[in-house]
Amino acid sequence: MKKMHIVMLVFIAAAIAGLLIYMGDVTTYETIASARQKKGKAVMVIAKLDKATLNYDALKNPNYLTFEATDTLGDRMKVAYYYEKPYDMEKSERIVLKGKMENGVFEIKKKDGILVKCPSKYKDDMNAAKKNLETASN
Amino acid sequence: MKYIGEHLLPGDLGRFFLMLSLASSLVATIAFAIANKKNDPAEKQSWLRMARFSFLLETVAVLSIFMVLYYIISHHLFEYKYAWQHSDKSLQVEYLFSCFWEGQEGSFMLWAFWHCVLGWILIWKSKQWEAGVMTVVSFAQFCLATMILGIYFFGERVGSSPFVLLRNEMDAPIFSRPEYLSLVKDGNGLNTLLQNYWMVIHPPILFLGFASTIVPFAFAYAGLVNKNHDWIKVSIPWGVFSVAILGTGIMMGAMWAYESLSFGGYWAWDPVENASLVPWLIMVAGLHTNLIYKSTGYSLRSTYFFYAASFILVLYSTFLTRSGVLGDTSVHAFTDLGMNVQLYLFLTVFIWFPTLFAAREARTKWAIIAAFIVCNVLSVYIPVFTLVSTLGSFLWLSVLLNKHVPAIAKEENTYSREFWMFIGSLVIFLSAVVITLITSLPVFNKLFADWSFFKKAFSQPEDAEFTHNQIQVFVAIILGILTAVTQYFKYKDTPKNYFSKKILVPTLVSLAITLLITFIGHISYDKKGPGFLVAIHLAIFSAVYSIVANAGYIWLGLKGKLKAAGASVAHIGFGMVLLGILISSGNKTILSWNKTGITVLERTQKENPAENTTLFRGIATDMGNYMVTYVGDTMNERDRKRYFEIDFKPKDGSKGFKVYPDVIKNNKGGEGFAANPDSKHYWGKDIFVYITSFKEDDKMDTSSFRPQEIKRGDTVFYSNGFMVLDAVSKINPEEKKDKFTEGEQAIFLEMSITSKEGRRYKSMPGIAIKDSTIRAIPDTVLAQNLVLKFNKVLDQKMGKLELGIKESKSLTKLLTLKVLQFPMIKFLWFGVVVMVIGCVMSIVQRVKQKTKA
Repeated sequence: MKKMHIVMLVFIAAAIAGLLIYMGDVTTYETIASARQKKGKAVMVIAKLDKATLNYDALKNPNYLTFEATDTLGDRMKVAYYYEKPYDMEKSERIVLKGKMENGVFEIKKKDGILVKCPSKYKDDMNAAKKNLETASN
Repeated sequence: MKYIGEHLLPGDLGRFFLMLSLASSLVATIAFAIANKKNDPAEKQSWLRMARFSFLLETVAVLSIFMVLYYIISHHLFEYKYAWQHSDKSLQVEYLFSCFWEGQEGSFMLWAFWHCVLGWILIWKSKQWEAGVMTVVSFAQFCLATMILGIYFFGERVGSSPFVLLRNEMDAPIFSRPEYLSLVKDGNGLNTLLQNYWMVIHPPILFLGFASTIVPFAFAYAGLVNKNHDWIKVSIPWGVFSVAILGTGIMMGAMWAYESLSFGGYWAWDPVENASLVPWLIMVAGLHTNLIYKSTGYSLRSTYFFYAASFILVLYSTFLTRSGVLGDTSVHAFTDLGMNVQLYLFLTVFIWFPTLFAAREARTKWAIIAAFIVCNVLSVYIPVFTLVSTLGSFLWLSVLLNKHVPAIAKEENTYSREFWMFIGSLVIFLSAVVITLITSLPVFNKLFADWSFFKKAFSQPEDAEFTHNQIQVFVAIILGILTAVTQYFKYKDTPKNYFSKKILVPTLVSLAITLLITFIGHISYDKKGPGFLVAIHLAIFSAVYSIVANAGYIWLGLKGKLKAAGASVAHIGFGMVLLGILISSGNKTILSWNKTGITVLERTQKENPAENTTLFRGIATDMGNYMVTYVGDTMNERDRKRYFEIDFKPKDGSKGFKVYPDVIKNNKGGEGFAANPDSKHYWGKDIFVYITSFKEDDKMDTSSFRPQEIKRGDTVFYSNGFMVLDAVSKINPEEKKDKFTEGEQAIFLEMSITSKEGRRYKSMPGIAIKDSTIRAIPDTVLAQNLVLKFNKVLDQKMGKLELGIKESKSLTKLLTLKVLQFPMIKFLWFGVVVMVIGCVMSIVQRVKQKTKA
């Protein structure tokens, strides 16, 4: 066996180890119901924001945002986020949440834990755009 | 129906040039391919002439498409969807180009444009390789042309044209009116994130980088079909060029993320970032194996493989970012345009392309074509076959390369430069594979959606950045050390004492510098445990080693011949980039830690991040070494931004500074604002400020004073806390003398106010009497939206007074902001510049060598 082959094997083993480390940390997509069953484990939930429940007051605490979110199965959960309110959150079609269910509240402690799927981001929001056109015609 | 006011000519012209581009690139592909096959010089020349003429037409078409679209956007012809969707009338001229790359169509056009430019350099310079190389470039142009074609074939739309009309694309009642255009007064506007100067230059450079990866790929193709491996001598400057430009493009994107995206950093391991990093890594690996081959004859097969893979990975990155697959994982991927099948075909055709041409026998070629068709037809029904097709093709390519491409049987000497260079390439390659697999998780989720193991779709770890960092830090360690020592080896064989003698000084110097950094530099990346911290320090050593050893090599190895030092300079740059990354992310500090500690916040402070702090206008707030004040804000009409003036005063009394972060109202589709940070650059650190939220202050004040009886020592509650009357001042107190005039008798109430968050404030509302007229001197507590007024004395003997309390929502001017401090980030950017200079030096040197030879 050549030296180079040994080196290759070692590195490939290291790469696989790296991948395994990564796979050990990956999260899974869950529904609200199944996230409730995985208390304390980081999961991803794709949900819809209930705009009426959005609560953020920079005056009181700029690092605390709460809202409720529903998923396609109709379940509902409380969400707490410990950063500023993401821009354009109100207009999101869906939000992707990454966090842990703790005491019935979905706690998001990472800044990138909320991904707002905004129609406006890099894309035409055809619905909002249409609305613009309709108001133009009135 | 006849519509009023439409300009249909530009669209017709545009569509004509789209067709011309499609046709001429196809003709060019065929003509170049035939010219490549012909041995008879006269015949070859005549085919080449035809091919060049077609490519000229193609270039004219691409440029014309560009100009027509620019005309449409700059003249605000909103009857065209592209103009309406991506621009508006208020947009500054300098951002008109950004409109091109906001949409997918425009960015494909940019790519095609660079292929034209590179194509002409290749026609001019590559001599015997021209026909083969240009076959690939023309074919890629053909594929790109189909992406922006927008024509229906058998009911399926192929490509998405930038010249479609708004009324054909949208279904709204106003389009039933002939004068609809007079109602479409303005476009949707450019995404606010793209209204940034980096966004004017980052995409063109990045796409030049993407486009440049086709050149080594095309040389590899030409080598395979012509069974001639000499191309590898002319491809080196192209490889270096690609590394330099793609690297610059990526880092400019990082700069943009740093300056505008408010992610709090320049690199977030976002899938889109990864997707452009991977082809660069593979190109670096390919460039090094290419150099090995040129000097020693080793590593020819891997060069073929890496050069092929780099361009394929560019296409894969195109697929990832444009297909919408990354929708749930990336902040900045394009969304689905309904072209996924077409994008996949673009990718898979080029995946099988080198495999097909690596085969020599007709039988094998047919087998490859059959496998390609079978895999891709099956993948329509069973998605996993796309993966089988990809891996199968790569495997087959490796087998064919092993069979047909010669290699030296004798093993590389351990004391040779090629041995260690190859190991470096291998590490880079494996690191790229790991990043690719991780980035592809959303793809695997889709492919394996029906498999029980994948019933639950996988997603990024909770702390995705750290998970990447803890893997890649080891890659950084290995690469840093390899770039440091490898140049001290000679090709083929190195005398042992030569190596150890020369490497000794740089090693000792680097060790000394690293120890200095370790003990004086306060690398405080201890959040992730001691293991990671040790790795970080090792990586710092390897980065320093790489800088010192390569700088040393210019004198020790090259005897100061700077002209030949391109590689060393580039490696110094690489080491600086590494060091900059390690120190700046290891020592990033958040200055705006919220320190107002009471119940609600205490918890957030202890367990959770609390990165934002609220500032009230005119009130200095404690922030690390600074007292920070929000002075005011102004609206700039030209760029439609609201600029905030934030004043930083160091506590040690030295000279302060002001920063002007701004917010810009979102384009018409959106609500709210987007923030643009501002920063103060020092040599050793950047202070970086951005507005995370602010309150607009244009509501009318409607609330009124609520009367409240109060005695000294009494506590009165208000909605957000309580206040105590500590004392009544003596008449005309010195500290308030600006509040009353001569002849007035003034007294003040000394109030202390405690909010429920635990903040304390003082307030002194007063009253002034002159000739029996009474004047109230109200006092406001901005931070609490509170106005206090001393109404009157109710009962002098009992000490009963009346206080007026007003809680107003419109009082406060406040904003929340985040202040970050990045040390040594200059080092990172400077490293990139040095790396590019090194690349340019070695291109110049190699091109000169060639012309001499």
